[in-house]
Amino acid sequence: MAGEPLLEVNELKTYFFPDEGVVRAVDGASFAIYPGKTLGIVGESGCGKSVTARSILNLVEAPGRIVSGTILLHDDFGTIEITHLKPDSRTMREIRGAVIGYVFQEPMSSFSPVHTIGSQIMESILYHRKVSKKEARARGVELLRQVGIPRAEYRMDEYAFQLSGGLRQRAMIATALACDPKLLIADEPTTALDVTTQAQILDLLRQLQSQNGMAIMLITHNLGVVAEMADNVVVMYLGRVVEEGPVDDIFYNARHPYTQALLRSIATMEDEPRTRLPTISGSIPHPYNRPHGCLFHPRCPQFMRGTCDAHEPTLRPLNGSQSVSCFLYEKSDVRSQMSDGVAGRGAV
Amino acid sequence: MSDTSPILEVKKLRKFFPIRRGFLRTTVGHIRAVDDVSFDVRSGETLALVGESGCGKTTTARCVLRAYRPTAGEILFRSAKGDVVDLAGLSRGRLRPLRREMQMIFQDPYASLNPRMTLLDIVSEPMEVHGVSNRRQRVERVAELLGLVGLRPEYMRCYPHAFSGGQRQRIGIARALAMEPRLIVADEAVSALDVSVQAQILNLLLELQERLGLTYLFVAHDLSVVKRVSDRVAVMYVGQMVELAETRKLFAQPLHPYTSALLSSIPEPNPRARLKRTILQGEVANPAAPPSGCYFHPRCPHAVEVCKTTAPTWEELEPGRFVRCHRARELTLAGAAAGLPVGTSTNTYLPSTDTL
Repeated sequence: MAGEPLLEVNELKTYFFPDEGVVRAVDGASFAIYPGKTLGIVGESGCGKSVTARSILNLVEAPGRIVSGTILLHDDFGTIEITHLKPDSRTMREIRGAVIGYVFQEPMSSFSPVHTIGSQIMESILYHRKVSKKEARARGVELLRQVGIPRAEYRMDEYAFQLSGGLRQRAMIATALACDPKLLIADEPTTALDVTTQAQILDLLRQLQSQNGMAIMLITHNLGVVAEMADNVVVMYLGRVVEEGPVDDIFYNARHPYTQALLRSIATMEDEPRTRLPTISGSIPHPYNRPHGCLFHPRCPQFMRGTCDAHEPTLRPLNGSQSVSCFLYEKSDVRSQMSDGVAGRGAV
Repeated sequence: MSDTSPILEVKKLRKFFPIRRGFLRTTVGHIRAVDDVSFDVRSGETLALVGESGCGKTTTARCVLRAYRPTAGEILFRSAKGDVVDLAGLSRGRLRPLRREMQMIFQDPYASLNPRMTLLDIVSEPMEVHGVSNRRQRVERVAELLGLVGLRPEYMRCYPHAFSGGQRQRIGIARALAMEPRLIVADEAVSALDVSVQAQILNLLLELQERLGLTYLFVAHDLSVVKRVSDRVAVMYVGQMVELAETRKLFAQPLHPYTSALLSSIPEPNPRARLKRTILQGEVANPAAPPSGCYFHPRCPHAVEVCKTTAPTWEELEPGRFVRCHRARELTLAGAAAGLPVGTSTNTYLPSTDTL
């Protein structure tokens, strides 16, 4: 991968501690985001993709917290370790909005219903930039226009409920872009939208990226959206990264059984009518009841007894760019060493 | 597999909702939720109703089930006895015996099951309503139904909270099947589910259809799902049906520009096909104040003068292919596979490992 990463996440663990037990929402996720590139994070519900994003912004709510790992933000000023910052610290607030913009999944509930769209965009500009109210408003109108909202001056004084879903999501993107962030985190930005609106929003994100060269972290469960947008893809399952690599490798040369199964199980436009889909057997385990060893082994068609249910695989590079966390691709000598190690420990 | 006689025939269906304003709640206008919709559903087939939110597909489905009383039009249902009844104007009492023949599967498996009822109560409730009073019979039937949808009968004393989204949707399906219905309306039955679970439920629906000879009216917005399950597809836009055709034909060669745009908006899980699509500009028209002429003309890339002034009619262009467009005869529109570059085999992204 060319260039220096903008953001590096290493072995991030974010756990939640409700009264009932521990939920390991993110359990050792590592990846990097590069300037001007789009990283797609895919996975089914409960795989920890949204919590990963919130961890990057240090917005994890109680009873959750970042337990370990590092999140390094390489800014012009140097490197900032986000996990060391207090969530309400000055630096963290500077980063949110100004360096990292966030597009939330639900545009209806993430705008305040009692403030106008304009005042919410201006709030962010006035916080981060030394500008007058008038200048902030002008910038707000410009932003709304940039994201393709017709009659922008007029929309500035409207409330979120007066906008359609597509316009609201555009306004959300405008708010996130208000201070030219270097990284835009978009958490399921099109999930609540219709397909034609979705196509418009994805196109808009691509256009904005080519104009200002920001990095995008796109979180979605829709593999079609990922194929359309991402340069690199991270596949998550139960809080772990199971596979990572360039978009072409993930879609045409998926190595992890989960990625393969996920790709097979989606309905596509090329399917013949009235045909059965291959499915992944079983369902996503309950968070309090995580399997031992490889988290995917109870559902895996290539499950190896004694290996997959006993040891945890680690994310290892396969070739230059693609990494996978699966025993199928670990060299046999490594596997035998590991079982030796266990036998040795057993003897003690 | 299916005989071609229709089980359901909808003719010129209209459903307008009044817009009330002010202190006296006077009617100031109407939302034309369903505006002149005609179609039929053949026995044993799956007809999909697709369109974007607010296009009236759910309202149409609810009119068919008579959850709403239509403003105008006919809903002709062929009952099990073989006689054809117009549901549109039927009284509650006359509807009741017919209700057991048509059931619904709901979108949200979290909201559609009462958390304070056990599976036994949930699945046997329709039997109670329709007069199966023997409890032992009901328990036996529930066990059978749970088995049919792939759940263990032992679960019948559990409450819904113990189940995942996919399992809950199976419970909803079991409840819909309780009275041996002939027509099932599935309103976005898989859209709330994760992809891997979605596939399981779609397969279950296909299997049940074959085993029990069911007819589905499948309401959905996801065209790739629709392509999997349906025999014919009807596309709606702002309360009107714009195209109805056999699934394969509609996807390969749509006749209405809106269908074509809809097909091209869908992101394909195929990175090499990206950036090849036409993006529809503008927003869906307001059903309270639709545009003049063809409702789609402000967004249509092929609109001409006549589209702005005259509303197109619903006509049968070829046998079984209906369309509402002035230019349907002259236009050649792109279908679903148009985004693929030449020479790309369509399934290259599928890994070739054997069983799953």
